[in-house]
Amino acid sequence: MASTITNQELVKEHPSASTAVAEQASALPSDEWPLWEVFTQSEQGAPHEHAGSLHAVDAGQALQNARDVYARRGGVISLWVVPGGAITASTPGDSGPFFDPGADKAYRHPQFYKVPRGVRGV
Amino acid sequence: MTQTRTATPEDPAKVAAFEARIAAVESIEPNDWMPEKYRRQLVRMMSQHAHSEIVGMLPEGNWITRAPSLRRKISLIAKVQDEAGHGLYIYCGAETLGVDRAELIGQLLDGTAKYSSIFNYPTLSWADIGVIGWFVDGAAIVNQTILAKASYGPYARAMIRVCKEENFHKRQGYEIVATLANGTPAQKAMVQDAVDRWWWPSLMMFGPSDTDSPNTAELIRWKVKRKTNDELRQRFVNLTVPQAMAVNLTLPDPDMTFNAETENWEFGAIDWDEFNQVIRGNGPCNRERLEARRKAHDEGAWVREAANAYAAKQRASQASEAA
Repeated sequence: MASTITNQELVKEHPSASTAVAEQASALPSDEWPLWEVFTQSEQGAPHEHAGSLHAVDAGQALQNARDVYARRGGVISLWVVPGGAITASTPGDSGPFFDPGADKAYRHPQFYKVPRGVRGV
Repeated sequence: MTQTRTATPEDPAKVAAFEARIAAVESIEPNDWMPEKYRRQLVRMMSQHAHSEIVGMLPEGNWITRAPSLRRKISLIAKVQDEAGHGLYIYCGAETLGVDRAELIGQLLDGTAKYSSIFNYPTLSWADIGVIGWFVDGAAIVNQTILAKASYGPYARAMIRVCKEENFHKRQGYEIVATLANGTPAQKAMVQDAVDRWWWPSLMMFGPSDTDSPNTAELIRWKVKRKTNDELRQRFVNLTVPQAMAVNLTLPDPDMTFNAETENWEFGAIDWDEFNQVIRGNGPCNRERLEARRKAHDEGAWVREAANAYAAKQRASQASEAA
């Protein structure tokens, strides 16, 4: 199972950013089946993770094809299929400032706050 | 296909940043900047790899109806189905580089794309199915285990998926081989004959020798390949020689000797003329394989058209309901 998809965070604030996948979908010749991104859940309570992509005429066929290609060997209890063009992704150039965790902001960490000696569970 | 393809020299700062990421063993992802040559090399490698999975279904499919038992038959069907799945994983990875699958498949069907030379050899007996699982899938595992560490994320992830599924292929093949090798004299002769025919073509699967491999240096530098063709070939030989001994089969190489110092099984000279002939389209089955692929593609056209027509009809009826 692929652990992460690139740029899978959906960032609506960045309309200029799009995945390579979305770009392809719009550039495909009209008789080419659209591209769908496939997400699989491996067990109850686990997150859906990106597994890959496939071509299908519509969502129903995309689900069936996803089952045959990505769930053929079991280990999948739920599938999502998403039209490739529907995914908006952050751009690699953003990776620095956009995801800046603000590690310099000490007040975001619990250690910043003083608790009277002997107090538990805070 | 919207990725800009320019012939202008690439920004040295971008190239340097890319090379630094490679040096730091970072994963390169589809939206990341990459040198055009890196992209091209990956499209070449991944499409050849995907084509190999698809064409690889043909020699084995040849024996599905003639498998000697139900157990063997269900294994072989599952294996051939896996190869189709592996082809799809890798095509999907290649598409993240800005090519589309229809274009790649078009190149396979019109004969301009390459695929693994091994699939241009015929499967003459049932023993070939065993030996293919043992040698050809065994060689593919050696290769793909290393490709699972390739610098391009989608390729590496497809390989992880493939490797998980591939081990059953090798074991089912070796089981067939071991069964025949312990069978009647005729069965043993049949499996030895298959070993004799498949051994050298299997060694050629790793590609040209390092001294004669035009792409290796660049692919190693960019960490697409993590080991050279010769290193992988040697690893395969070292794994396989003891497996052959265990079932009393002889590998057809009188020069095979163990070097106690390097702990390598040193093998004889590979016939590169044969390899080049097969790569150029003159192997025993090149034409037959392509004809079979074209026939399947053409005869499946109505299915693709019907699916399109059905989807269009559904869209139209949904639109009229909404109106």
